[in-house]
Order: sequence, then C-alpha cells, then structure tokens
Amino acid sequence: MKKIATGNKAVAEAVKQVKPDVIAAYPITPQTEIVEQIAEFVSGGELKSRYIPVESEHSAMAACIGAGITGARTFTATSSHGLLYMHEMTNWAAGARLPVVMATVNRSIGPGWNIWAEHTDALQERDTGWLQVYVSTVQEAYDTTLMAFRIAEHNDVLLPVMVNLDGFLLSHIMQPLDTVEPGDFIPPLHLPHAIDVKTPAGYGGLTGPDRHFKIRWDIERSMRDSVKVIEKTQDEFSRRFGRRYGFTEDYRCEDADVIVVAMGTLGKEAEVAIDQLRNEGIKAGSMRLRWLRPFPDLDLKGKEVVVIDRDYSFGRGGILATEIMAQTKEEVFSVIAGIGGQEVTFEDVADFVRQRRRGTEFWFGVTVNV
Amino acid sequence: MINNDRSAIALSRSPIRSLSLQELSIIAEIPREEYVLKCTSACAGCSDSLALRYVLKAAGPDTVLVIPACCTSVIQGIYPNTAFNVPVYNIAFGAAAACASGMSNAFRAAGKKTNVIVYAGDGGTLDIGIQAMSGAFERGTDFLYICYDNEAYGNTGMQRSGGTPLGAKTTTTPGGKTDVKKDIDAIIAAHAPPYQATAAAAYPQDLFKKVQKALSFRGPSFIHVLAPCPPGWRYSTEKSVEMGKLAVKSGMWVLYEREYGKLTMGAPSRAAMKKPLPLEEYLAPQGRFKGIDPKTVEILRQQIAKTFAKLAAEEAAP
Repeated sequence: MKKIATGNKAVAEAVKQVKPDVIAAYPITPQTEIVEQIAEFVSGGELKSRYIPVESEHSAMAACIGAGITGARTFTATSSHGLLYMHEMTNWAAGARLPVVMATVNRSIGPGWNIWAEHTDALQERDTGWLQVYVSTVQEAYDTTLMAFRIAEHNDVLLPVMVNLDGFLLSHIMQPLDTVEPGDFIPPLHLPHAIDVKTPAGYGGLTGPDRHFKIRWDIERSMRDSVKVIEKTQDEFSRRFGRRYGFTEDYRCEDADVIVVAMGTLGKEAEVAIDQLRNEGIKAGSMRLRWLRPFPDLDLKGKEVVVIDRDYSFGRGGILATEIMAQTKEEVFSVIAGIGGQEVTFEDVADFVRQRRRGTEFWFGVTVNV
Repeated sequence: MINNDRSAIALSRSPIRSLSLQELSIIAEIPREEYVLKCTSACAGCSDSLALRYVLKAAGPDTVLVIPACCTSVIQGIYPNTAFNVPVYNIAFGAAAACASGMSNAFRAAGKKTNVIVYAGDGGTLDIGIQAMSGAFERGTDFLYICYDNEAYGNTGMQRSGGTPLGAKTTTTPGGKTDVKKDIDAIIAAHAPPYQATAAAAYPQDLFKKVQKALSFRGPSFIHVLAPCPPGWRYSTEKSVEMGKLAVKSGMWVLYEREYGKLTMGAPSRAAMKKPLPLEEYLAPQGRFKGIDPKTVEILRQQIAKTFAKLAAEEAAP
C-alpha cells in the first residue's frame, strides 16, 4: 500500500506488521514519534502487543530482556542519551542471545543539549554484540525494520539488531512509503533457550574463566554466521517485495577512481554529489555502508577513498574511517562532517572530493585543519 | 542450605518443648519439596538462603526467580550448575524489577500464570534498583518483589548501603554509619501496592504464609525480609536465627503486613512493642556495633519507639 510517512512512522508501521508480544519504551527526541505511534496502534486495538511504558531506557531494555527470555518477540526504540543510559543492558541483551529489535534514531550527545543528527550514539554501542544497520530513506527504514526481525530471530543469529536512522533528517522527513504484507516472511519466533518452568535452568549466573570466553566466542561465531543470513534475507526480500538491499549501496562505483564512503542520509546525499563530479569529469562513486556490524568486506582496492564520519572517537579519529583503514591498505581522506546536525549539502560533499588529500583528516567548518 | 545432620544436632541440644496444635498445622502445610538444593555456595549460617528456601516452598514450581547482582547470584552456584530447582534469570544490578516487569507481561500475554519473583538484596533494592522498582510498582506489574536485607553490600564484602542501620560498622563506614537506615517500606507504601509485608528469616512460617498471601494478589507485592549475615554483622554462624529473633524482640525490626493499605502488626512485634528487649541484647553479640557510642544507641532506641508509635497509630486508625 502506498502512502506518505516520516522515517519514524515507517518504523512504527513495520513494527505493527511484525506484531511483537512486548514493547517497552521510553520517550526521547527525536525517537518519540515511534513509540507514540505504536502506543496509538496498541490503544486502538490494531496491534495486540503488551506496551510497557517504562521509567527509563535502562528499564526499557531490561524489560525487553525479561520478556524476551520467555520466548516473546520484543521491540524498543531510543536515541542518544537514552541509548547511552541503556548501554549496560544492550550488552546484556546480546550476551543473553535475545533477538531484540531496536530502532535508534541517531542524535548527538551532550553537553550541550543538541537534538540533531550524529552517529556517535550508536557507534558507542559498536562492541556490544548487536548487529547494526544504517538506513537512508523512509522506505529503507520500513523494509530494514521488517528484515531486522527475520535476521535477529534466525537460529544461526539470535542476536539483537539495531536499525539506525538519522535524527530529523530521516526520522521527521516525509517520503513515499510502500508497505507490504509480510506474511510468512516473518515466521513465528522459536527461542531455543526460552524459560521453561518444567525444566528449570539458570541463566547468566556465575561463569568462570574456563567457560566465559567460550560464550563470548559463540557471539562472534553467530556474528560471522549472520553474514549469510543477512544476504539470504535481503535476497528473499527482493524476490518477494521487489526492493533490493546489500551490505552497502553502491552508486557508480564500477569504474570510479575515488569512492565516497558514508552512512545514513549523508551517504544518500553523496549520490547527488557523484553525479555532479562525474559531469566535471571526476570519476567518483559512492558506497553507502548499511551494515556496520557485521562489518562487510568492502571492495576499495586501487581506489582513492573519502570517508565521511558524522561521529568521532576523540584521540583516534572518525570511527568509520578508522574501521575502513583497518580493512584497506588504501590511504583514506577522512572528513568529519555533520556533527550535531551541522548542515552538509551535496555541494559540500562534492567539495570534499575535489579537495581530498590522502592520509589526512579534515573537520568540515573548522578553520585550522592539520 | 539444608544440612539435616546439623539440624539434628541442634535439635538434640535444644530443650524439649511440645509444639502447639497451631504450630503443628503450619508445619504440616509447608511442602516437603525443596527448591534450594544441597551444595549452594552460601556462607555458613546464611539467612538469605534460609529465607529463599521458604519463599520457594511457598511459591511452588511454577515460578521464575529474577535475581540482580547480590549474594544470591553466588549462592545459586557456578555455571553450568544451578542449586535452585526453579528457573533463575540473572540480571544487572539496577534492573531486576524492570526485567521482571517484561517477564510478567510476556507470561500474562501468553496466558501463563507463572509467578515472577524478584529476589534482591538491600543494595539492589534500596539503592541502585530503586528507580526500576518504583517504576514497576507504579505500573502495577503483576509480580512479587522480595528484598532480603542484610543491611550492607554483602556480596562485595560488606560495604555500607542505604539499608545499613545507624552506628553499624561496614568496610566503608569503619567508624560506624552516621546516617539512618532508609525507610524503603514507607517508599513502597507510597506506591499503594495491594500487599506488602515485612518478615524475617528467623520466622520461616510467618514468611511462608506472607509469600503465599502476596502471590494470591494480582499486581505488585513487596516483602522485606530481615536476613542477618554472620560474616557481615560479625557474630558466630550458629546465631542467625537468634539474631533475627533478637532484632524483632528489641524492636529493631518490626513484623507487619499491609493489605490494601490496612496494617496488621505481627504477634512477636506486638509483644515487643509492649515490652521490648533491651536494645543492648541485640547490639552486643554483633561485631559491627562494637564500641557504638551510647548517644547513637539512644537515637536508635528513640527511633524504635517512634516506629512503633507510628505503626500502632496506623493500625488503630479506622
């Protein structure tokens, strides 16, 4: 069904169709619209989920964990400080092997209070054992949320999935949305380690040095196995519903000399810049990274690489740039742009490419750059 | 921990006394099934595991325990073993009530009546877990929250908590605590749950009945159990039951229950209110109160009187 929706509403729409058993949520800008919309679905009887209006994000994830271990399908959404407040429990959800799906509406971190788009919030969750995917359009937010449940709940994965969308730039932007009937694309959840009072077991108790590493390794093994599950799920989605997604979305990369790598809406914006650069005779392409975890093999051999980070790791560099540098021998031009909602246009992205300097870092808008 | 040999020895040493018919009937009601199995990692004389034994007997097999970081995280044993014969879900320190909230909702959504019981220490309840607990009570979560109170962070080696009484020495209050114990029961009462009670590991039949009663209500209920701790309170291990009884008889711990807001004081506390045991009899056997300043003892005594007066007035109110 075709309609017009914001990124937030698209996520809520997908959640309604997947019918989680329990949704626990706490409001935070710019995510609030998701949980408001879901609350409306529940109160109007369109969605028969238990909606727990918790008193904090820490409790939101804890409630998803408590519900999840009974075998229930769970969902929550958060942003920025909410995600950081939840951090202890995001680790727990992954360690407990619970397929929680969470929408994170990416937003800057204070002080000072800034409600605008930035990826540093979700990237601080990078090492928790969550799968992370970043989307760039309303349609992609919807489609990816649907796929997130299928992937998280797959027996070879059983890890939580975080669907990231840029605060305001996507969460509050209206775009066309084509909804589908997911049907058996989302099969019922069968959690193999669900609590059963008839066969009592202990969960998450004391674990010694002789065993703990095995449990951690098992998370990594599933993270690696998730690559195939993601591929298959995205293929099946394309066969059933006609829209194709990959680990990256590549735009005019085949014959490109220089490739722009970015995530979220900036990655989409880059495509316009690429067309402009091509008109000027610069053979540029764009590789928008969708899946950050598991991190895909990026084909960047022999290319000049411009990475745009809407995030930063102080004392090290742009987080995406650092990830890419760890994978490729090519020298990277690292651009830090869009921090705290700083406006970055396709013109600016084209400029980054024109003025690229291999092996350096450039903070957009900062006058002194070394 | 169950140690039949030891209880047999204890029994042979105690003066022979015939049980009243009422006592006999209560004992007959308590199921023989054990859910706290042998070989837990509890310290000798642990009141936490004594209380849990009766909690689970009262709750029965259709029960899940949610346990935040506390002594019980250790007592249940080391993975892949568990010493408890019901499912146990371990969760982070501040998250027990929120986790139970999700669990209870999921069970009810699936049409299951499974009891969801949080079993948390005083640190996990009065301090780090208070926000999640307050939220779960405010939302009317269908669960039972039991706080077993050993009046300090026992699992980490007895640091001060909001539950530590005035004057008690802990590893972070080596000169004795200068603040009074947080009144968590009043905080719970402010949430107006259908049922709340205090209990003590030293009065297992009373605890058993209160757990059964709590589980008969829909919505949140709370039981605050005094759990004397030999290494923490620094008394010898065979005296845990005695310490619990001294706490009640001296008025340092008051047994009562509140059903839909209506308070009823327990018989031992009613007796203590009329004629409390000298407070020194409770304080003297405990190393944590060694060298306590007489002025502090006087403040504790005044507190006891105040608490009794307040509870008696509440009980008498129409």
